Amino acid sequence: MSSLSDPVRQKALGLLARAMPERLAALFPDLPDHALLRGPEVGAVMVRGRQGGTGAPFNLGEMTVARCSVRLACGTVGHAWVQGRDRGHARRAAVLDALLQTDRRAVLEGAVLATLETEETARRDGRARKAAATKVEFFTLVRGEDA
Amino acid sequence: MYVAVKGGERAIDNAHAFLAEERRGDPAVPELSVAQIRQQMALAVNRVMAEGSLYDPDLAALAIKQARGDLIEAIFLIRAYRTTLPRFGASNPIDTGRMAAVRRVSATYKDLPGGQVLGPTFDYTHRLIDFALAAEGLTPPAPEAAPLGPVPRVTGFLDREGLIEAEPASDTTPPDLTREPMELPANRALRLQALTRGDEGFILSLAYSSQRGYGRTHPFVGELRIGEVAVEVDIPELGFAVEIGEITVTECETVNQFHGSKTQPPQFTRGYGLVFGQTERKAISMSLVDRALRWEELGEDNTGAPVQDPEFVLMHADNIQATGFLEHIKLPHYVDFQSELELVRALRVNSEASE
Repeated sequence: MSSLSDPVRQKALGLLARAMPERLAALFPDLPDHALLRGPEVGAVMVRGRQGGTGAPFNLGEMTVARCSVRLACGTVGHAWVQGRDRGHARRAAVLDALLQTDRRAVLEGAVLATLETEETARRDGRARKAAATKVEFFTLVRGEDA
Repeated sequence: MYVAVKGGERAIDNAHAFLAEERRGDPAVPELSVAQIRQQMALAVNRVMAEGSLYDPDLAALAIKQARGDLIEAIFLIRAYRTTLPRFGASNPIDTGRMAAVRRVSATYKDLPGGQVLGPTFDYTHRLIDFALAAEGLTPPAPEAAPLGPVPRVTGFLDREGLIEAEPASDTTPPDLTREPMELPANRALRLQALTRGDEGFILSLAYSSQRGYGRTHPFVGELRIGEVAVEVDIPELGFAVEIGEITVTECETVNQFHGSKTQPPQFTRGYGLVFGQTERKAISMSLVDRALRWEELGEDNTGAPVQDPEFVLMHADNIQATGFLEHIKLPHYVDFQSELELVRALRVNSEASE
């Protein structure tokens, strides 16, 4: 049924989850008819870290998550789990996940996903550039006895 | 024995109304928005998320507003809220090696790949009150430079030479103190969970005590990094893992001397700190306390220092447990006190009679 390979769908779901809910709503305001299979509902996911960064897992703490599963009129099912408590965000992302498996995929990839990716890259790049400007450039002073 | 008494309802309602008014303060002063707190009191928000053990900046900001800036009260609100949430699952362990770091410093290597990146730090500020902040104004944009890309882990350099204890990955499911009451002895995974949500002041003071000689830690900060990491969860209905969001974390790895034992050659050992948000003081403190608590597995001496006592550390690190037990003594104990009063009176009568 799925016309999307897992890595492509995986990437799309990541972009949808990380998008600001308001931005996603602006890019894709009108949801087509769909049935709710589960949720949208708010819960928590326990985030794990690793001892020493690379070792055995431990529980770092929870984060809030909203999730939703939907079915389009054509029968295609979509799922989404997104950070935060915004049920509308989870629902919109689930509908988009479903639509991306239909023939509307190409249009939505251009209109929604490409825009989200461009904006996300710009935001990340901005922070990375500011961090880079704080990198220390060491220099050594010539000591008197060596002069 | 507890005896129920009624009364005080009107007083309680009026006290809460008074609280609401005091919280708002002078209506002539503009009200704080949750977004303002989230954006401009970000480090307070981070502390509430870390010790509330729930990553949600909007909720933490709201809790701070409700608590009138009392961060432990705000943490209490977050802890209470999180108990109402169904647990959807657990994430795959976050990969801090792939962190988009805004800050990364090492006290052990000056010229390391990726360099010393200071980021938005209070270090090297003069700690002089900036009266210019009392006036409204625009902040000029921070300077920019070509991005640096991912930076390698400092302990990785030592690991390659075998100079530091290995930290082999595993997929063991860690114990969770929010599901099963903490029992001692606690393994390192459980200790790390208790420390990362523990009170910053308590963990800081314990770490400081270990530096001053109460339990020996002589750490170097091998690496301190702050930045965003992806959180990935295996979604059962999809059958693969998806990034559900990004969180900011602070990670500290200390490098400590170790003289070796019968089975191990001399090498460096590790202390580890990982905390939600930009929470540098807490992450460094956590790594020192983690290392101090490892004395037994490393065959070191127990000097009887508080920081080496897992029961002392773990049973007193939680500021919500501590607050609950401490503050309950201000609630009515009329009957308990009456019985003590009668006892003291009776003892006095007896001692006067025997004189």
